[in-house]
Amino acid sequence: MRKMLSFRPERFVVPVLILVGWELFSRSGALPPALLPAPSTVVVAWADWVFGIDGNTQNYTGHWIGDAASSAWRVAAGFALAALVGIMLGVAIGWSRFVEVTIEPTLQMLRPIPPVSWIPLAIIWFGIADKPAIFLVFLGAFFPVLLNTIHGVKTVDRNLIRAGAMAGADQRRLLRHIVLPAAMPSIFAGLRIAIGSAWMLTVTAEMVAVKSGVGYVLWDSYYFLRYDIVIAAMASIGLLGYLSDLGIRLVMARVLHWQRGTTLQGEG
Amino acid sequence: MSNILIEGVTKIYADKARGREVTALTEVSLEVRRNDFVCLLGPSGCGKSTLLNMIAGFEKPTTGRIVVDGIEVSGPGADRGVVFQQANLMPWLPVWENVAFHLKMRGAMKAVRREQAQIYIDLVGLTGFENHYPSELSGGMNQRVGIARALLMNPGVILMDEPFGALDEQTRMDMQTELLRIWERSQGTIVFVTHGIDEALTLGDRVVVMSARPGRIAEVLPIDLPRPRDITSPHFNDVKRHILSLLRSAPAEPAAA
Repeated sequence: MRKMLSFRPERFVVPVLILVGWELFSRSGALPPALLPAPSTVVVAWADWVFGIDGNTQNYTGHWIGDAASSAWRVAAGFALAALVGIMLGVAIGWSRFVEVTIEPTLQMLRPIPPVSWIPLAIIWFGIADKPAIFLVFLGAFFPVLLNTIHGVKTVDRNLIRAGAMAGADQRRLLRHIVLPAAMPSIFAGLRIAIGSAWMLTVTAEMVAVKSGVGYVLWDSYYFLRYDIVIAAMASIGLLGYLSDLGIRLVMARVLHWQRGTTLQGEG
Repeated sequence: MSNILIEGVTKIYADKARGREVTALTEVSLEVRRNDFVCLLGPSGCGKSTLLNMIAGFEKPTTGRIVVDGIEVSGPGADRGVVFQQANLMPWLPVWENVAFHLKMRGAMKAVRREQAQIYIDLVGLTGFENHYPSELSGGMNQRVGIARALLMNPGVILMDEPFGALDEQTRMDMQTELLRIWERSQGTIVFVTHGIDEALTLGDRVVVMSARPGRIAEVLPIDLPRPRDITSPHFNDVKRHILSLLRSAPAEPAAA
């Protein structure tokens, strides 16, 4: 955790170079400024969107917190639902041959269907609001969690199960106290993939089926040719996605603290 | 009264990949008295670990039966503590939680678990390492945690599957001394699997010599030497010579195995 939060100057070299190069390129006049706004222009638009400084973003001015919160809520709700159902089903499928045979083929057939292709059905089922977005996020986040949980459960060391049974654990306790903790590293790998999908699908849903959130602002400002706001929205999504992944990594560092010193990831 | 009764046990594995059957053990019968320290000694492939796993309830005999304390074994249970070849500790639990794992399974409160764990941690000489994780300890120390975990269940029977096999010679001898000290204090029946003649003779009241292909009991030797035993004494060497001749008369293992 300390490593994650420590200050390392070399972290900033690449982002700074990109921003400086982009600024210079935009100001050189090779492209009309409206098509590729300079970072400085984007920052002004972003600042107004967040703090409402000069009203240049018109009806978005000062609304960023609200937009970010509605997107984050959709991500959180869909992700939480996917994590809960994915982990529970994954443990059941990984542990029980019967459940695996009964449920897994169906899930594997649903999996190749891209979550975005559910948008028409999501809209007619749930209307235009939070629900279709949460549904899409759930679909996108569910499968990474499910598959990684199944993998984690199936690769639990048989000897740990034996040790648990020897110590008097029944099925339920074996699952709770041995299988689940042993599968945790794999489950977290799934959760990290899932949070990425969750942001992707929230933004997609907001472009099509919802009238609020960062994705909606992105698409709406495209109609008004405000590419500075488009880029500010893209950067906002990147920032929010990064922060939510950081959150998961902090939880992971706590839950998997026992791995410290035994794995490459835990080193240092 | 006998503590463990093994009656005509045969174990046949189906080797599905090659479409044939492998006989691991054939017609093994053995009686272990309460508080006996019995060593199962034999070359790899003689089925000694298979026999232990069947007493533990991890595997089932193909024919015959195993009775512990008058009840036929049908699965693993806390009445038989097992110490594994690799300690098999939960890597996500600190030492004391591993030692008290049995109590956790019985729903005991944290304070009770912590207190009980301390008794057995002290007994196996790991005082001060209560909050360490298995990955922070040496192989020998992890093995002590495994022993403490089995002792805490206060089982009538402790089954040990080459528990010191992965340790260096010096640590192994220390652990043997320690084990005898603990056993003399806490009593209980121990079935100890090993392929080391010296180890079997150092520890056992009786040494069950097994031979391979198919696995069976070649001879049961009572060892009436006082402990601690001097492994350089002439009598010790006589017994050792006898065991060696028993092991040699068994069909040799194929070179490729």
